[in-house]
Amino acid sequence: MDIDVKTKRARLKTLFFSTLYLSTFTFGGGYVIISLLKKKFVDELKWINNEEMLDYVAIAQSAPGPIAVNGAIVIGYKVCGLWGIFFAVLGAVIPPFVILTVISAFYSIFKSNQYIQAALFGMKSGVSAVIVSVVWDMAAGVVKSKDALLIAIMVIAFILNYYFNVNAVLIILSTLAIGIARSLITRRIAKR
Amino acid sequence: MIYLQLFLAFLQVGAFSFGGGYAAMPLISAQVVDKYGWLSASDFADLVTISQMTPGPIAINAATFVGNQLAGIPGALVATIGVITPSCIFVTILAFLYTRYKELSVLKDALLSLRPAVVSMIFVAGLIILVPAIFKSGEISFAEGNFSIRPFLLFIGSVFVLRKFKLDPILVMVACGVIEVIFYVMI
Repeated sequence: MDIDVKTKRARLKTLFFSTLYLSTFTFGGGYVIISLLKKKFVDELKWINNEEMLDYVAIAQSAPGPIAVNGAIVIGYKVCGLWGIFFAVLGAVIPPFVILTVISAFYSIFKSNQYIQAALFGMKSGVSAVIVSVVWDMAAGVVKSKDALLIAIMVIAFILNYYFNVNAVLIILSTLAIGIARSLITRRIAKR
Repeated sequence: MIYLQLFLAFLQVGAFSFGGGYAAMPLISAQVVDKYGWLSASDFADLVTISQMTPGPIAINAATFVGNQLAGIPGALVATIGVITPSCIFVTILAFLYTRYKELSVLKDALLSLRPAVVSMIFVAGLIILVPAIFKSGEISFAEGNFSIRPFLLFIGSVFVLRKFKLDPILVMVACGVIEVIFYVMI
């Protein structure tokens, strides 16, 4: 076996087990896992340099989809090409897949238990409080931008989505279009 | 054809959830609750709660859970593949464009105006969970017997401790569950 194949295999193995490990033990969403991926692949293994990593983080955050998966894709691609993507994503997806499959199997039993039902009911108040608190911070950021267009988008999107049940995809596509149009117009004005 | 429906529904979740985590929530509820009725609003709330307490992205959790509930492990696989397919495509394209032009600024501007819309839709997803917990009919109305004070106070209290003392969200959620069980046992 030639040495390149060997190192490639070893790299794929490390890649797979790193994303598997991080995905199993990281609570707190995409941004947390991105910083742990950086620690592993930039600081520890030194497979990626710091500059490149910043760019990859920007890409992972700009693309749609779960940030943890996007992060695994960019790192996998950089380290080992298409096979790298495959193993990095596999590692990132297996833990939530297994955990939710187990929970799903017991969900009907869970749900028919009165105490668990009561607990889940109480937790609805808690989880909506968590969401409202996140929204609070995000909305404050929008208001502080003092950008009238952004504030208007926020208010109108709420009204359309909540009161008129307008589809989320439609709202996303229209705001993306507004953003692109605005970006092109301000550039044209800047050029003159 | 349930597998195809699962794949396409979660493909949309993957393709349009910009900004990670909470941003996927409104898209999941649009597909899974509103469009196909695969989960009730109450099941959706449980799913969000479970997702908060387990590692892993909510979109993957939702795909696995819904797929399993509807069509077992093959369903879960199809839905999960659906949710990560757009990531694989878009991230690769962006990485390619980026290495070529070293510039993402039009995209950054587009995402800038997307963000406020996403904030609103996350808020709506929160209301979908909160309103049925407080109002028995599922609609905001103060008719006789429709308003429950305990979940309302739990909500207000949770927001307060989250903001004032920066308590860990999982701790706050579990505490709400425990308080409700205590009331259930006593009353």
